Amino acid sequence: MAEETVAVKSLPYADAVPGAVLDADEHSVIVDRDKLIDFALYLRNEEGYDFLSSLHAVDYLGYPGRTAEDRFEVVYVLFNTKKGGDELMMKVRLPEDDPELPSVILVWPGADLQEREAWDLFGIKFKGHPRLRRILLWEGFHGHPMRKDWKEAYYEADHKPFKSRWPEGHYRWSEDRAPWGDNVNYPQGWDPAKFTPPAPPMPKIHERPAPEGGEKIETDVIVVNMGPQHPSTHGVFRMIAALDGETVVGLEPEMGYLHRNHEKIGERNTWIMNIPFTDRLDYLSSMSNNLGYVLAVEKMLGDKAKPPERAEYLRVIMAELTRIQNHLWTIGFLLNDLGAFFTPALYTIEERELILDLFEAVSGSRMMCNYMRFGGVRRDVTDDWLKTARELVFNRLPRKVDEFDRYLTKSEIVLERTIGVGYLSAEDAIATSMSGPMLRGSGVPYDVRKARPYSIYDRFDWDIVTNDGCDVYARYLVRLGEIRQSIRIVQQALDQIPEGPIMNKKPAYSFRVPKGDAYAAVEAPKGELGFYVVSDGSDNPWRYHVRAPSYINLTSLEHMSIGYKVADLIVILGAIDIVLGETDR
Amino acid sequence: MFGSGIIRGLGVTLKRTVTTFTDDVKRVPSRYINSIDTPAGKILQQPPEVQGLFTIQYPEEKRQIPENFRFIPMLVYEEDTGKQRCTACGICSKVCPSQCIWIVRDQTKEGKPIPRPKEFYIDASICMSCGLCAEFCPFDSIKMNHDYELAVYDRFPSLILDLEELSVPTSYYAALYPTAWQEEQEAKRIKEERKRARAKKAAEAKAKKAAAAKAKGETKAEAKPRPKPRPRKEQKDKGADES
Repeated sequence: MAEETVAVKSLPYADAVPGAVLDADEHSVIVDRDKLIDFALYLRNEEGYDFLSSLHAVDYLGYPGRTAEDRFEVVYVLFNTKKGGDELMMKVRLPEDDPELPSVILVWPGADLQEREAWDLFGIKFKGHPRLRRILLWEGFHGHPMRKDWKEAYYEADHKPFKSRWPEGHYRWSEDRAPWGDNVNYPQGWDPAKFTPPAPPMPKIHERPAPEGGEKIETDVIVVNMGPQHPSTHGVFRMIAALDGETVVGLEPEMGYLHRNHEKIGERNTWIMNIPFTDRLDYLSSMSNNLGYVLAVEKMLGDKAKPPERAEYLRVIMAELTRIQNHLWTIGFLLNDLGAFFTPALYTIEERELILDLFEAVSGSRMMCNYMRFGGVRRDVTDDWLKTARELVFNRLPRKVDEFDRYLTKSEIVLERTIGVGYLSAEDAIATSMSGPMLRGSGVPYDVRKARPYSIYDRFDWDIVTNDGCDVYARYLVRLGEIRQSIRIVQQALDQIPEGPIMNKKPAYSFRVPKGDAYAAVEAPKGELGFYVVSDGSDNPWRYHVRAPSYINLTSLEHMSIGYKVADLIVILGAIDIVLGETDR
Repeated sequence: MFGSGIIRGLGVTLKRTVTTFTDDVKRVPSRYINSIDTPAGKILQQPPEVQGLFTIQYPEEKRQIPENFRFIPMLVYEEDTGKQRCTACGICSKVCPSQCIWIVRDQTKEGKPIPRPKEFYIDASICMSCGLCAEFCPFDSIKMNHDYELAVYDRFPSLILDLEELSVPTSYYAALYPTAWQEEQEAKRIKEERKRARAKKAAEAKAKKAAAAKAKGETKAEAKPRPKPRPRKEQKDKGADES
């Protein structure tokens, strides 16, 4: 990959922005940070790279061939939503002592939360970002934990497996190691007695419209805390809302309550250990998470990790069943957010249960499936399993989806509460890096399965579901339509599934992955789920980044909520469909 | 007409309500099809044909767990000999994502390692039930238990399962994993058959040789019989069994 250099190198885009591209390889260009904005504008305006899929940083401290001069790297993964095609990776290298570069938030507003995350976890400054605050960790946290020289509280070794487990694995209760004794590093000159916690962030107050035909009344803005302990926020998510009467005039999302530094854990793990950890990201759709991670690593392993046919079919069946059950859940709980307390939710959960039964029979667990492996899947399905799946997919689910349709779609209460609520135009949706049903609910026919088909999705006959409504109702309809399309895909896959092996070779518990990096994205139920992995050629990933759709979809939450009533806020959030395991990572 | 959507929706609700009751007044409601009666209560399956209520009245009723279900690992020992299958090779502790397996390998007084665990701990409070240990165990020793009722009042030490708590006999394993057990027995049988066939072949070859020698002359046949030669492959197999 990276070491392959052409003898006479003609740098791409050399004419467009002179001197911007410093180096290039097959799938990425390395950009000078001083010319970043010019180049980004060129890519967006002239080349059509309008979708900033992922923005993340990598710390190359100690990586072979890297020095302090290019210790940090910020990676921009770009897509063209109009033309499709492969992703373009744009990399900016930064020195250790001055990790600062211009923010691209004005070029791609979707960089907002992602740049904050890179600042939080890596300490990379984005000049020009309007609110470069910590996002997953709290203000006052010492250090930037994704840096390679940062050690966590129960730090044992850089890589698993830990030496203390075998052959002299005397058990030690980790609490006995007293992390708050001698393991605590206070920052220099810091006195706990003098510490005052920083003030909570206040939302930016947007201008309040004057009432129709009346004079503007001077009222006070009330700040209301919604969450983190509130069932309507779908987990431990906190919205600090500024209200004028009942109208939302400002909103500040606060997250990170479930943050466990998943990515750091991923670097400590070996490659295969990460598969069960991906289950815990979006715990409602673990099969899709498995698939995304496995595809990213298989991309690096090359052809030798190509899964056999039957495994490809099983992967598609599982991923689509996951989408069905996830959307069922979302539809049910959207109605819960509207105030229909649990009846619709329980109706949809019943069908979800049956799908989870199938997952349990084949993978051993209902939610934490841990099913995909590099080069195949964990276990073959039995004939009984296929029979049950056929009964479900050909018979029961289509009938039940029609029933939900009849039950909810035309209900005046649903129409009244959702139509026109949470408006997000197509341009805004692309600009703020929305993906999944959020993007398609704004009328953008962008689906990773069609744009860059992975696995064997190009073999099936199905349509992208879009809706021009740009509101919560449109998102609901897209989800309902996607359930039907997924049923179609699973039906075809069940008809076509061939006999054969399910692994291309005997799985190994430890293996090396060639040096390089790879980004692979799948269309998870929530949106585009991407995994960016870097390997230094060892048993452990050097960097493991998750492009979490339900995190990045929150970028436009503020934009969508301003001007609506506080009760609509719950519905708008519910229609984004976040899972905090993935948001906070 | 305004309200027709709501009325249609209420129709769906009414239908579901009625189905629930009509299903329940049947002698066997559809959710009890294929259920197993035990003294502790019913064990249910949920076939996709279920109408009406889905709810399983846990703990009076329980769901039937599929064979591949996984919870906390267990260690299988041979019931007839009492010998642990585990050889303390350490693969499970190396593959464990949460590093919750601790193994002390047994050793002789001189410090030579013996392939069996002296101590074996699994911290059930941090085990993530991923099943990688069972997947990669080369000796079919570590398997995933189905016993999910594990609640205790304190984490330490109740949830640190030691060798004694983790050990289960082969019969327990056979009951939980009937298919896997059968496959295992089948594989064992085939292996033994092959072994026997090889031994037989070797014996026949020897007899033939002896007969040929006999035909050549009586004197040679009376020579002291050499110990039965064992095919090299077989010796290797046996070695693997013992190690």
